[in-house]
Amino acid sequence: MTYEIIGIAVLWLFLFGYVIVASIDFGAGFFNAYSVWTNKQHILSRIIQRYLSPVWEVTNVFLVFFFVGIVGFFPKTAYYYGTALLVPASIAIVLLAIRGSYYAFTTYGSLRHNGWTYLYGLSGLFIPASLSIVLTISEGGFVNELPSGISLDYWKLFTSPLTWSIVVLSLTSVLYISAVFLTWYANKAGDHLATNLLRKYALIWSVPAIITATGIIVEMRTHNPIHFQRLVDLWPLFGISFLLFISTVYLVAKRMRYGLAFIMLVGQFFVAFFAYGISHYPYLLYPYLTIYDSFTSEGMAVALIVAFIAGFCLLVPSLYLLLRLFLFNKDYVQGNR
Amino acid sequence: MGNEQSVFFSRVLTELTLSFHIIYATIGVGIPLMIFIAQWIGIKKQDEHYILLARRWTRGFVITVAVGVVTGTAIGLQLSLLWPNFMELAGNVIALPLFMETFAFFFEAIFLGIYLYTWDRFENQKKHLLLLVPVAIGASFSAVFITIVNAFMNTPQGFEFAGGELINVQPIVAMLNPAMPTKVAHVLATAYMTSAFILASIGAFRLLKGSDHQYHKKALFLTMKIALVFSIAAAVIGDFSGKYLAEYQPEKLAAYEWHFETEEGASLLLYGVLEDGNEVKYAIEIPYGLSILAHGNPNAEVIGLDQFPEDEIPPLYIHYLFDLMVTIGMGLAVLALIYVVGVWTKRQFIHSRGFRWLIVASGPLAMLAIEAGWWLTEVGRQPWVLRGLLRTSEAATTNDQVDTMLVLFAGLYLVLGIGSVIVLKRMFRNNPVEQELQDRQEKR
Ligand code: HDD
Ligand code: HEM
Ligand code: HEM
Repeated sequence: MTYEIIGIAVLWLFLFGYVIVASIDFGAGFFNAYSVWTNKQHILSRIIQRYLSPVWEVTNVFLVFFFVGIVGFFPKTAYYYGTALLVPASIAIVLLAIRGSYYAFTTYGSLRHNGWTYLYGLSGLFIPASLSIVLTISEGGFVNELPSGISLDYWKLFTSPLTWSIVVLSLTSVLYISAVFLTWYANKAGDHLATNLLRKYALIWSVPAIITATGIIVEMRTHNPIHFQRLVDLWPLFGISFLLFISTVYLVAKRMRYGLAFIMLVGQFFVAFFAYGISHYPYLLYPYLTIYDSFTSEGMAVALIVAFIAGFCLLVPSLYLLLRLFLFNKDYVQGNR
Repeated sequence: MGNEQSVFFSRVLTELTLSFHIIYATIGVGIPLMIFIAQWIGIKKQDEHYILLARRWTRGFVITVAVGVVTGTAIGLQLSLLWPNFMELAGNVIALPLFMETFAFFFEAIFLGIYLYTWDRFENQKKHLLLLVPVAIGASFSAVFITIVNAFMNTPQGFEFAGGELINVQPIVAMLNPAMPTKVAHVLATAYMTSAFILASIGAFRLLKGSDHQYHKKALFLTMKIALVFSIAAAVIGDFSGKYLAEYQPEKLAAYEWHFETEEGASLLLYGVLEDGNEVKYAIEIPYGLSILAHGNPNAEVIGLDQFPEDEIPPLYIHYLFDLMVTIGMGLAVLALIYVVGVWTKRQFIHSRGFRWLIVASGPLAMLAIEAGWWLTEVGRQPWVLRGLLRTSEAATTNDQVDTMLVLFAGLYLVLGIGSVIVLKRMFRNNPVEQELQDRQEKR
């Protein structure tokens, strides 16, 4: 394996980590707001708060890791994406700030106001939408390199069906991932009302999630034929992903083994996410940037990989401890402590 | 909008975000140590008051952490958004500490989550205290790593340019640059010092507002002792920073000190105003002071601004910032010293209202010194982003929507600032110590 591949694999892995943990967080915020709206707050809020409060800061670090890491491994991305993304990324920051301050002000600071709850719930939908734009842009065709610098063609971006399909995919996946996870969590807590409600949400959102995912592959055919061809070549992976999807839905529908269902779901997204990533190879930004011509200096690459391994050895036991105390601890989950 | 305007607004936005982040970051670096000390004393002495102190500080701390995380994420992304050319270069040479910083964040975040939600889960209190160690280490190391990046901007090394290509990159050498030791040490010492004074301010304020509880007196004495230690450390390290500058960035030191002509036995100017470009008025002159500050020798030669081209000299207003920082630093060290000695020798005047008001002022003043210090060193590096290599004007984005983003972020920080003040105030007002102590007694 070359350093380039190691670098992008590490980053992609952490981005995947972010997609899963953040989806749970975003979706939970949305369901929470929705339950306040429909006066079902008593069913959901407790479960959601209990899981989310100890881990929200960790979720954010996954994102920070990704954007700091990508500049380290592929510094040219700072130039291309940094220039092009000023507005979309700034908007995402503001939305992330709204979420962070929700925790600060309501959970810790007991400043309760339904306005914040709604804002918080909605920000959970807008953040994936605004972050997913980066994926759209990476497909090429929206960024132009002019003598005066890099510019992003907003008109083209916002009128492209590809943009909107990716946005819709991000929303449906967020709600689907979150609902499946929370079903499991509520079930562990022995909260049947919440389990039933969340299970219903999981089933409802599974269908649009899979339809939009398929839709994007079709969309790609006209937008970026080269990428489309590479996606098609990887069909066995997408096949596996689809089978995992079916298993999750089956288990949830049959009210069986919610834990296994969630693991299947992670597997489904993992396979699809990496298949997509592989098909994108070697481009970071069509057609300007590949992982090879944007790579960092060799000395830095070695240093980053060593630092990564060392950091990872610290990180895994700590994360395990966190999960053991808050996710797999029966007393905590059931609210006895 | 032309490129010049992009540069201008990028600067303003960077200044704004950093000046805001540094408030929360400084608290984030220092408070975990204070909580640790309080809880440790509480466990050792089996004194309920210190444990409660740790608990209440933690509650306030999580709010500042949350805002620190939010604004830190903003500045982290903004560095790439506003200074793409700088970050491209930085990615090649100094990405290592930035990358390690994210692990420090991970560490801090994970254990803070655990610490917060496990107050009463351990039989053995010491185990719970142990969870705070990674939080404090993680927080201090975020400061260490980011300050290393900033030190690198002042004395870049560890790479070579050959035909527009970067070669021979040595990330460790880049990290161990000459500016690093003094900068890292000074930033840490001042963060601890500032946090201690802020907590002291709160204690003094409570005492002034009529509460005469033992709890606040203990809190005040503890924090003032810590503040004394770190303000002395800050002043000593600050002196080393001056010596570092004389050797590696003489133009910066000369600009701080309004030292125009290279000379031996240079005197130090305190305060004063600058008129007509380079005429200093009303300043206090300390003969040989600058030579001593710069080289530890009254007759040493100190390089002046005459040795540098006009367009490489930083703005001269930074002298005022320097005076502000040093005055506050010295003043607070004296204040802490008087208080601590006063308690030991049982003087009454340290319990007077006037003296307590001085202590209330110490926290905000220390924070002001932090702001002044950063503005001083960042503006003092101008016109360079990377000293001698990359000018600020060449590093900025070419995107022409920076002005709109500036408005957006200014609004955000306003909301976050007001929100955190309101929440912190409510938190402590609605739940006074006396009440909480009583509740805890009853629970037993
Ligand atoms: C509570 C805050 C505080 C206090 C009381 C002091 N400082 Fe400071 N100073 C800082 C907070 C600070 C800082 C914010 O931490 C800076 C800005 C960047 C840095 O490296 O540290 C700084 C920078 C800084 C620099 C510039 C370093 C550079 O440009 O590379 C010098 C020369 C000093 N300090 C010297 C002093 C002296 C002689 C002090 C005597 C009391 C002093 N400082 C007190
Ligand atoms: C948190 C404490 C910091 C504060 C308060 C701060 C403040 C400032 C200020 C006021 C300027 C403007 C100078 C001018 O325009 O004349 C500046 C410039 C800059 N700083 Fe810092 N800084 C801090 C730390 C850092 C660190 C750690 C880095 C690097 C990782 C950094 C990166 C930059 C860059 C790239 C510029 C150039 C843009 C400019 O000149 O405005 N800063 N900073
Ligand atoms: C250019 C300068 C800076 C950048 C890019 C930056 C970046 C960040 C980021 C991304 C976070 C959020 C991490 C998370 O998600 O948990 C953060 C938080 C933090 N930053 Fe900064 N930072 C800068 C300056 C500083 C300085 C100068 C200090 C210390 C003196 C500092 C200390 C901290 C601390 C302790 C936190 C953790 C949050 C808290 O405890 O309040 N940062 N920073």
